[in-house]
Amino acid sequence: MNKTPIFLLNILLCLLSLVAPRLLPAQTPASPPLRWGADAEGGAPFIFPDRQDPSRMLGFEVDLVAALAAQLQREPVFVQNQWDGLVPGLRIDNYDIIVNGLEITPDREQEINFSTPYYVTFEQLTVRKDTHDLNSLQDCSGRIVGTLKASLAERILQAHPDIEIRSYDGQITAYEDLALGRLDAVLMDHPIALYYGATNPRLKLVGDPIGEMKYGIGLRKEDTALLQEINRALEELTANGTLRTIYQRWNLWTPRLAAFFNDRQPSNVQPEAWQAFLRTNRLERTWQDKLEQYRLKYLPLLLKAAMVTIGLSLSAMILAILFGLLLSLLRLYAMQPFSFLATFYIEAVRGTPLLVQLLFIYYALPQLIGVKLSPVVAAVAGLALNYAAYEAENYRAGILSIPRSQMEAALALGMTRWQALRHVIIPQALRLVIPPVTNDFISLIKDSSVVSVIAMVELTREYQRLAGIDFDYLGLGVVVAVMYFLIGLPFVRLAGWAERKFSLDKRATAPATNP
Amino acid sequence: MSSTNPVVISVTDLHKSFHHNQVLRGVDLQVEARELTVLIGPSGCGKSTFLRCLNCLEVMDQGRITIGGITLERRHKSQALSHDFHAKTRTLRTNVGMVFQSFNLFPHLTTLENVMRPPMVVKGLAAATAKARALDLLGKVGLASHANHYPSQLSGGQQQRAAIARALAMEPQVMLYDEPTSALDPGLVDEVLNVMKQLDQEGMTQIVVTHEMRFARDVADKVVYFEGGNIVESGPPSRIFSSPGDERTRKFLRKYL
Repeated sequence: MNKTPIFLLNILLCLLSLVAPRLLPAQTPASPPLRWGADAEGGAPFIFPDRQDPSRMLGFEVDLVAALAAQLQREPVFVQNQWDGLVPGLRIDNYDIIVNGLEITPDREQEINFSTPYYVTFEQLTVRKDTHDLNSLQDCSGRIVGTLKASLAERILQAHPDIEIRSYDGQITAYEDLALGRLDAVLMDHPIALYYGATNPRLKLVGDPIGEMKYGIGLRKEDTALLQEINRALEELTANGTLRTIYQRWNLWTPRLAAFFNDRQPSNVQPEAWQAFLRTNRLERTWQDKLEQYRLKYLPLLLKAAMVTIGLSLSAMILAILFGLLLSLLRLYAMQPFSFLATFYIEAVRGTPLLVQLLFIYYALPQLIGVKLSPVVAAVAGLALNYAAYEAENYRAGILSIPRSQMEAALALGMTRWQALRHVIIPQALRLVIPPVTNDFISLIKDSSVVSVIAMVELTREYQRLAGIDFDYLGLGVVVAVMYFLIGLPFVRLAGWAERKFSLDKRATAPATNP
Repeated sequence: MSSTNPVVISVTDLHKSFHHNQVLRGVDLQVEARELTVLIGPSGCGKSTFLRCLNCLEVMDQGRITIGGITLERRHKSQALSHDFHAKTRTLRTNVGMVFQSFNLFPHLTTLENVMRPPMVVKGLAAATAKARALDLLGKVGLASHANHYPSQLSGGQQQRAAIARALAMEPQVMLYDEPTSALDPGLVDEVLNVMKQLDQEGMTQIVVTHEMRFARDVADKVVYFEGGNIVESGPPSRIFSSPGDERTRKFLRKYL
């Protein structure tokens, strides 16, 4: 009778253990977040940081993904990635889908799958208000027209050989140059023209829609199940009017879109998001406001990014120092194949750009040997592998500058070659190379900004992002420059101290215990 | 007296050449325990190379070296050095203390660490034991008060005495000196020679390459005259210095005495 409860408990546990494994897989499909890749620097109305609070993302694609994720019962997670690298980033599994004004083109369809189009638009010509003779591409003969690099607009312009094309990385500078008279017109996707051309008091949109382009959600070729789910969800969102509401809120509902979705019902949805954008855009700030924004919004974000830079640089340098020492020893003392390999490695790494090495590690390794490194690991590994080659040469120079007689004295005492290296040669060599190694470390802190190409948000990347919001490259630039300087300073001081402390020539300093 | 002592160093038919320059041409030498042997001869005669061959800082081309019961032998220059040869080399080196012309102390270590560290590394001696022994040896060479100085804070004579203490810390059976006072100011020479004299009185077997003829005459048990890569003659200093048997020895000594 006493045993009964325990007996029951045992049965319960047994049943649980049988049931639990069946419960778990049933739960997991709903739980993984929906990671979506986009470039917040691309700007409005797709995805852009809120001017009031730069850590918050706005845009019609943010709203679209939120609706989509809700439909799929998954949590949306935004992954920042440079626009140029969106497709490679998708292929190495940094995110599950791309939603970032990605035009469906036959070239891209070779590499990835696209959902059914979620937006259809066209190219829009923008000119200065005082220009009256330009209303079509034919009118632009002999004129200078700005556009975005590698866009449909650029391809359309290239079909007109008598138009002089200026290709830009970002829309802001293009429209600014148009306003300043450096360009005669700008041709870009209609949503961009609406948000950056039409909102500029000196510019106006002119002419008929040019060409047609469809934005699709990008997916990996193998994710066919997800593709079907997303297409079904898009269908649902179209049918229940959610998509249309989103586009209307952003003032992006055009007759062409209505025709595409075959949805011509009248509607009373107000373009609130568009109006909010106009309001914050027109907001003129006093310098006190700006200062406040620096202190409250920008500084915390920059400090966070600075911590990434520090962590990245420190871990890369520690690894570079260790690996570099190994390389230099192999090059100097190892048996033939190893010595040659070390030399080859050093020369190969020093002879190629860091940028190429990073892209290789991040994008080519997955194709080559199926190793997919996270951005952090790839960044640290890339910097460490690169700097190890330079450190190896520092150490080699240091080791070679230790007189041969030191090795002889150690050997004569009965040490093995390795013992002599470890206890006599390397400790002296390390002291000698403190200045060049410090130098390299300062370089590494600055070179760490290169890793932004593999989707790492560090100090320089964050600076670009924040400066892009208000076009404030000056103020933030000074802040970031000071930050880099302050990051490097302690290490310079530390190195100076170590150099004095470990100096081999002690004549300048008093002995520890002088009788 | 000397005939009662066992032979500690025995060298037979030692050859060594650098490229085509024959530096040693079949040297034979026997050194008895407790003896102090001085090697003299003109520059480039091979006496330093001979000393360096004894503890394999230069690997002999051909010949046989026995020190303290360990024998290294090589039939011909073309004979590859075996693993066994290298292992024996290390054992032999711990048995042979070497003192260099330029001291070669380890500049990143204090005097004390210079003396205590090698036995810890090579013989696995405990730090406390090594330290006690090192302080003892530094006291013996008159550097007890300089234990915590770095080499760059010592005079040449002090550095060389520290180097002798470092070699002694390995408890060698034999001490080799390669022109130990050549780099010293004349005023500092005696303090180093006195240490060697003291070791001789304690019964250390020593070979010294030097130009200090006074030291050779007063302290050596045997003087060996080297020229042209071989021993010309050897004998007690009284005979070599007063009535050398060979014309070459006579000519050399005339320049120095």
